[in-house]
Amino acid sequence: MTTAANETEMTLVQAVTDALACEMRLDDRVIILGEDVGLNGGVFRATEGLQAEFGADRVVDSPLAESGIIGSSIGLAMNGMRPVPELQFEGFMGPAYDQLCSHAARFRTRTRGRFAVPMTVRVPHGGGIHAPELHSDAPEAIYAHQPGLKVVMPATPYDAKGLLIASIRDPDPVIFFEPKRIYRAFREPVPNEAYTLPIGKARVVTEGTDLTVVAWGAMVVEAAKAAEQSEASVELIDLRTISPLDEDTILASVEKTGRCVVCQEAPLTLGLASEISSLVTERCFLHLEAPVQRVAGFDTIMPYYKLEMEYLPGPDRVKAAIDETLRY
Amino acid sequence: MPITTAYETRIDHVSILDEDGVFDETLGKDVIAEDQLPAIMEHLVFCRQLDETAFKLQRSGRMGTYPQNTGQEMPSLAAALAIDKADWLVTCYRENTGLFWHGLPPECILLHWMGDERGNHIPAGVNATPIAIPIGTQMLHAAGLAWAEKAKKTGAIAVTFFGDGATSEGDFHEAANFAASLKLPVVFCCQNNGWAISVPASVQSAGETFAQRGISYGMPCVRADGNDLFAMTKVMKDAVARARAGDGPTFIEAVTYRLRDHTTADDARRYRDAGELETWEARDPLPRLQRWMEAKGLWDKSQHEKAMKSGEKRVAEIISNAEGIAAPDRSEFFDHMYADLPASLKRQRDSKRTTSLGQFPEDLA
Repeated sequence: MTTAANETEMTLVQAVTDALACEMRLDDRVIILGEDVGLNGGVFRATEGLQAEFGADRVVDSPLAESGIIGSSIGLAMNGMRPVPELQFEGFMGPAYDQLCSHAARFRTRTRGRFAVPMTVRVPHGGGIHAPELHSDAPEAIYAHQPGLKVVMPATPYDAKGLLIASIRDPDPVIFFEPKRIYRAFREPVPNEAYTLPIGKARVVTEGTDLTVVAWGAMVVEAAKAAEQSEASVELIDLRTISPLDEDTILASVEKTGRCVVCQEAPLTLGLASEISSLVTERCFLHLEAPVQRVAGFDTIMPYYKLEMEYLPGPDRVKAAIDETLRY
Repeated sequence: MPITTAYETRIDHVSILDEDGVFDETLGKDVIAEDQLPAIMEHLVFCRQLDETAFKLQRSGRMGTYPQNTGQEMPSLAAALAIDKADWLVTCYRENTGLFWHGLPPECILLHWMGDERGNHIPAGVNATPIAIPIGTQMLHAAGLAWAEKAKKTGAIAVTFFGDGATSEGDFHEAANFAASLKLPVVFCCQNNGWAISVPASVQSAGETFAQRGISYGMPCVRADGNDLFAMTKVMKDAVARARAGDGPTFIEAVTYRLRDHTTADDARRYRDAGELETWEARDPLPRLQRWMEAKGLWDKSQHEKAMKSGEKRVAEIISNAEGIAAPDRSEFFDHMYADLPASLKRQRDSKRTTSLGQFPEDLA
């Protein structure tokens, strides 16, 4: 891959930092708050250097309190600011759940438009980094189930920057999940300028004709490995946005291929894969050559890291599902 | 010396017009301009009438559950008197007097309790948040609203209200800590009305006062007679000035009493002693202010009768406005879910169906 003069090779986490820096230069209303986001640059270094550039009034080390971070961000957003709070790990979203779902999600509709909450909540997501307990979960379906929120999850550095800037500019609250397993997995050229990618639009990673694989976040990388190992012509779709779902891209693909495998890190039951399976079954019924398959985490608590790779669906489980669906 | 005093403090209790009608001339001087008092009295008469009428509306099936404000009129009114138009009132649900003084149309409150979100569409220019149903969560919004004012360097501040029970919630502590630690221009006002539905204040805290809740966050704390408009206005003005000067938040405990049930769905006789109620009825803040104003020659019986009459008329108009509003559109609850509705939500709204065959009848062809 070549890098043009107006591009820089970046990892996903660097693209996050770059997106924040670009948007903070363009928009004085953008303010970052969270635990350790200031001098320390965040535990994953996603806000590295931002306090030095923008000052301690715009990159704020807050008290250690997730509900407080989200609740005060709601007030900031309602009053003309564009807060980008960071919650350190998805496993610590619990204390903020009430402010996210009882307030952020509801203000626009319950005030019939008087107050909106243009806030982007950044949250590292998922397992696979040998982290302690409650640092490796995949709770995206919980927030996708909540009307009033948008849920975004990039799988590449380029998408991370474009989607994060789009999220900050979005007039509604966005949960921006960052797949921490691939924060530094690979680099790709990312434009130096600010740019946006549309929220609610999936990306066809590779085109194919035999079978559709739908994935998001770090599972896109696992699914791509499985697709490479398969002899079949696999169409891989990276959702990029979890809510609202890009139904058209999924349906157009399955209408073409007639077969569909959905991959998620989250536990199987009532996950997003179930929703996609239901969508495909309802809308592509006569095109389907095989039942839609869900490759997912098990319906167990995510184990400690010695066993996390037993829990997380890897290329082998995705490949098995592809093979079985083709054999059906 | 192996043991020294690491920290020592004291909580002041402020009273200006006490329950016996004694007025502290030194402390009470210039707290409220005398020529403003008749308008305040008229407002209080009207708010009490609206509150008692709202109860009757619920009993006659014309309104849903309603939490009466009677007895707790002074703390929020004091805040409204102490702040400017650009400042924020971030309340729970017993602050009608302050909200109406700050510019909220009373119809908004009635519509809310009549099950209509249009009551939460606070008119532009009125800086107040809608009624907060879950306990204690709104204080964090006040911290954020105030933070935004600080960031924009407007000089505006936020005053937030909550009950004694709300100080048991984690969000109260997080809001107090954020506001104090980040020096946000917020005034915290706890209306200690003695009861969180049926649970007495003593269960919420083993401390001697609720005011001391603020001490551990490093903010000035004060307790005031919540049934004394002058005391409340004085402590509010001090707290507002401190916030505006950039000196951070203040915690005010307003000692008051809920003279009615928690809501129309509650019956306080099940858990409250009749004697206690009687004691507090004698401390009713409205007659207290009225008697003092009459003694001072600032109010008389004929003014009171006039206020009662005009209040009744206004209450009738407001109820008529609230009840006369056109029925909401059947799909209104979809339209403000997002700034731009996703296609799937538009489909649900337009088809009024969630099934795929209902949404796509062409699939049946």
